[in-house]
Amino acid sequence: MSLYDLMHSLTADSMRSVGGFEGELVLCATIVLILLLRIPRLTSRIDSFYVMLVGSAVALYMAGPWHPVEQPSQLFTGLLINDTFTVYFRTLLLFFAVLFAIFTRISGVPDRDAAPDVYALVLGATLGMCIMASANNALMIFLGVEMASVPSYALAGLLKGRRQSSEAAIKYAVYGAGTAGIMLYGISLLCGVLGSAHIPTMGVRLAELLQPANLEAGVGLDTHMVLALGGLMVMVGLAFKLSAVPFHFWCPDVFEGASAEVNAFLSVASKAAALALLARVAIGFGYIAPPIETQAEEQVALFNVADEPAQQPETKEQEAKPPAEEEEVLLVEEPSGSAAAFSPLADRAEQIAALAPARDYLAWVLAFMAMITCTFGNLAAYGQTNIKRLLAYSTIAQAGYMMMPVPAAMVLAGSNPAAAQGAIQAMVFYAGAYLFMNLGAFAIVAFLRNVLLSEEIEDYAGLIRRAPITVICFSLILVSLIGIPPLAGFVGKFQIFSALVQAKLWIVLLVAGLNTAISLYYYLRVVKTMTIDPEPETRRPVSMSFIPGTYVVLVSVPLLILGIWPESLNALARMATGQLF
Amino acid sequence: MESSYMTLLSLIVFLPALGALALAFFPREKTETIKVFSLVVTAVVFLLTVVMALPGEGVWQFDTAVSDMQKVFSVGWIPSFNIDYFMGVDGISFPLVLLTTFITMLSMAASWPIEKHVKAYCMLFLVLETGVLGVFLALDFFLFYVFWEVMLLPMYFLIGVWGGPRREYAAIKFFLYTLLGGVFMLIAILMLYFASDLKLLNKDQLVAAHVISASAAAEEQEAQLAEIQSADDPVHTFNILALQQLGQHTEAFNSEILGKSLQWWAFLLLLVGFVIKVPSVPVHTWLPDAHVEAPTPISMILAGILLKLGGYGIIRICYPICPQAGYDLAYFVCALGVVSMVYGAFAALAQKDFKRLVAYSSVSHMGYVVLGIGVWSAVAGNNFNPDAWKMGMNGAMFQMIAHGVASPGMFFIVGIVYERVHHRNLDQFGGLFAKMPVYSGLAFVIFFAGLGLPGLCGFIGEVFVTLSVWTYSHALAVVAASVVILTAAYILWTLQRVYLGPEYKGPHGDHLTPITSRELAIAVPIAVFAIVLGVYPQSVFRYMTPSVDQTVDALAAWTEREKPAGEETQTAQRPAVEQTARVRLPHVNKTP
Repeated sequence: MSLYDLMHSLTADSMRSVGGFEGELVLCATIVLILLLRIPRLTSRIDSFYVMLVGSAVALYMAGPWHPVEQPSQLFTGLLINDTFTVYFRTLLLFFAVLFAIFTRISGVPDRDAAPDVYALVLGATLGMCIMASANNALMIFLGVEMASVPSYALAGLLKGRRQSSEAAIKYAVYGAGTAGIMLYGISLLCGVLGSAHIPTMGVRLAELLQPANLEAGVGLDTHMVLALGGLMVMVGLAFKLSAVPFHFWCPDVFEGASAEVNAFLSVASKAAALALLARVAIGFGYIAPPIETQAEEQVALFNVADEPAQQPETKEQEAKPPAEEEEVLLVEEPSGSAAAFSPLADRAEQIAALAPARDYLAWVLAFMAMITCTFGNLAAYGQTNIKRLLAYSTIAQAGYMMMPVPAAMVLAGSNPAAAQGAIQAMVFYAGAYLFMNLGAFAIVAFLRNVLLSEEIEDYAGLIRRAPITVICFSLILVSLIGIPPLAGFVGKFQIFSALVQAKLWIVLLVAGLNTAISLYYYLRVVKTMTIDPEPETRRPVSMSFIPGTYVVLVSVPLLILGIWPESLNALARMATGQLF
Repeated sequence: MESSYMTLLSLIVFLPALGALALAFFPREKTETIKVFSLVVTAVVFLLTVVMALPGEGVWQFDTAVSDMQKVFSVGWIPSFNIDYFMGVDGISFPLVLLTTFITMLSMAASWPIEKHVKAYCMLFLVLETGVLGVFLALDFFLFYVFWEVMLLPMYFLIGVWGGPRREYAAIKFFLYTLLGGVFMLIAILMLYFASDLKLLNKDQLVAAHVISASAAAEEQEAQLAEIQSADDPVHTFNILALQQLGQHTEAFNSEILGKSLQWWAFLLLLVGFVIKVPSVPVHTWLPDAHVEAPTPISMILAGILLKLGGYGIIRICYPICPQAGYDLAYFVCALGVVSMVYGAFAALAQKDFKRLVAYSSVSHMGYVVLGIGVWSAVAGNNFNPDAWKMGMNGAMFQMIAHGVASPGMFFIVGIVYERVHHRNLDQFGGLFAKMPVYSGLAFVIFFAGLGLPGLCGFIGEVFVTLSVWTYSHALAVVAASVVILTAAYILWTLQRVYLGPEYKGPHGDHLTPITSRELAIAVPIAVFAIVLGVYPQSVFRYMTPSVDQTVDALAAWTEREKPAGEETQTAQRPAVEQTARVRLPHVNKTP
């Protein structure tokens, strides 16, 4: 292939790909606009809030589910994938960005001076999260995670004067850097053994490596440990983003140190993207998605080595290079000793069957992690006196619940893809409900901070007599987090439980059930403090003004609506998962 | 037809919730108006159910000749999980619905002394009624569960805000216990759902389960049948009636999990969820706390209605859906009931707090319900004669109604005196008869009804249950019968300590004013019902017996099919009873 041909097809491919990338491009433009507008004197008076709001709304419009995606398509030579799953999470993230902009406007943090910085960081992180949700290449996993994380570190340190805030930012950054390094190492191990960074190709390679003939003959056994280790290391990076035990230590500290606004962003957007990525990775390595029908000629097979059976797997990554150089590294040819192991398999069914060991491995690692995370988060939340710290542990526990359908999907994928789809659908639904729950919770915490100047639970005592609507909404949100009908949290939990029943993961199911009962106590303690406890005599008069109250109601009412009529979000979730299996 | 049924049942269930919604727009200070409005709402709901109970052929009248579900309607709700808004009523649920609306109305009337946050109180109270009625009428398992859990939060607040000194502890304890039971139930529901498959049922069974509309034309029925049969994947269902058919006529729930059958686990999980509500020993410990701390009207609801949900669940769900497990665990269930009876009675004997004593008497009395339901007397040994079991289950149902009348009455009686003297210490009472003669007279009637004196409502249920157990296990029957002595002991001793004696020496003696007309208006209907039900039990039996008998007959038929003579695995020592013999009266001295 001559350089000209390569350039030509690359151009064609890029032009074609832009269509599925409009939301992200709008985000990029908005970031640039926010940053540039503050330079000329004339435009520096424009409130960047409006730019942020319009930018994210336009991005939402461009990327929303009202543009149906009939067929999944690979973007930019297979680096990203644009399917309904991507669309769902991108919509979720951008919708959150819009709500978040309004929220920050009402709560007044960041102030007008800091706003351009904060909004640029938030949009930048959102961009990274969109990439996480659509990653189709091991490199993009890393790039997405980093793009989402680095702005978050800065956001955690938003309250510049506060020592706690700086400490939180440093902790977050150090932890994030450490896990990112480990994840990159893991990625390089996986790519090295499997000879590609393109996740579907890696899945096919893995299937070829794990095919029964190989396992019987003992071929390629030496690579299994490397693969297991690589997988584990990638999980470390994901667990950090999900704040799963044992990589959760940053979470309570960061949540306590950072402002409630940032907490809302970290707990909703970051978690949703991490979940999407977790599902992508698990499905990528544990299952072979249906082949994507594209114009094969137009597709540049830069990374897609499997399409060229004549070539031997050529890549062997030596060390973790900065991402920009990596694609060249991947192309370095090197004769591979274990090449014989990769004999092609006949069809997709056989490939899926061959991946059974990978699925088992993923299922057990993830199930174990989910159980520990859930239990730990719930137990640690007991002793908390600070509402943000309590909610931090709550998000850890909730992350545990949300991870549970993934192992269920792994167990089911081999025998019953429809049920596996249902499992992922449960996770997708929960992520949608979770947006309202945690955004609402942190919005209330922020608004109450503005009037109470406190984030201690004991200062909420008897608040129902002063701000009844807010307290009722907060109670609804907390009860929804427990998972009691008729609220959206229950429908989500119900679906997660049904996935576990179908997968016959009884122990996980039991742990999840017991955790629901455990979590009742500390969520209800907050409700009790607000409603039953007497008001402290020393508190200054509290009154919730109209606009924050309205915002809170608007964010909490969907929980009730989705709890009673979940079918709308269910349909979206079904659409989102329809192209995965 | 179906739409008018839907209007009727939805009105009964959701009218209280709508009332609560309307209350939100009332000004907070108008406490009297709010109370009157709430009372009117509960009264209207009660009247609706009374209309249903009236004899007649109308669309809204409950037909006592029909033993199947009636007033059935079904509307799609969450299609992704085949969840329907599916309700109906039969002889098992209808008396309980009637009881619920009656007791709720009375306890709303008993709520007049509540002065704190009246608006919130009434709203929560009405939401609670919606939850309870929904549980009794729901025929979709998911819907059932939703209503079951909807009750929790109002109850938590009603105890936690308006309760006594240790109200917060009691409220969270109640919530934790019930939620844990609920989680177990949810797991069981999902296990059954994913094991179910409508394709295994034939047309008649599908019609019986109301999956296929019985009133539709024959072609339409065939079309619906063909639609179900042609599905590629199993057609899962939350339809309780269909699950009953599947449990009794197919092998759907027999797959093995961890060494036991699926239905064994499901039965156990459901049973745990239900007996927590009943409550049986050893999961009863929330009840004394909740009762003691709850305000009087809430205690009345709790004892009168909420405890019945557990018994109802066992009759409606546990046994018909998981007959195999019920058969295997029959002795366990009976033993659970007997242990509760004995333990509750002994615990009541030891109490110094008047209300706690009544609470433990509930544990003891609800033990009869569990025992009566569990008497699986139809076995190969007696040629599958279900008579004793019918008697037991009818007795259990009657006991639920009787206890639902007597126990709120007892709590109300305690509440009247507590309101005047602000203590419940049994040792400091005495001589109330002299100061409050009318009140004491009513108290005697109601407490004797609780005791099970012949001629009062408590007697019928107890004697039916005790008699039925005799054919099942002599040992259990002897123990169950002797509990009557304990019951007599603690009730008579209580009456003696509180009402008899020369004079009242405790605190606030001058506050012991005669019973007010409002209090009379609540206590008298309860006392009247206690007498009417005792003298003329047929008034309740005519509603419940056809459905209860049908349930038992179906299970007996199942036993005959599945457990023919010779193969029987004996779990209890069962006496060889002559086949034709009706249950004979064991020589139990019922009079105290």
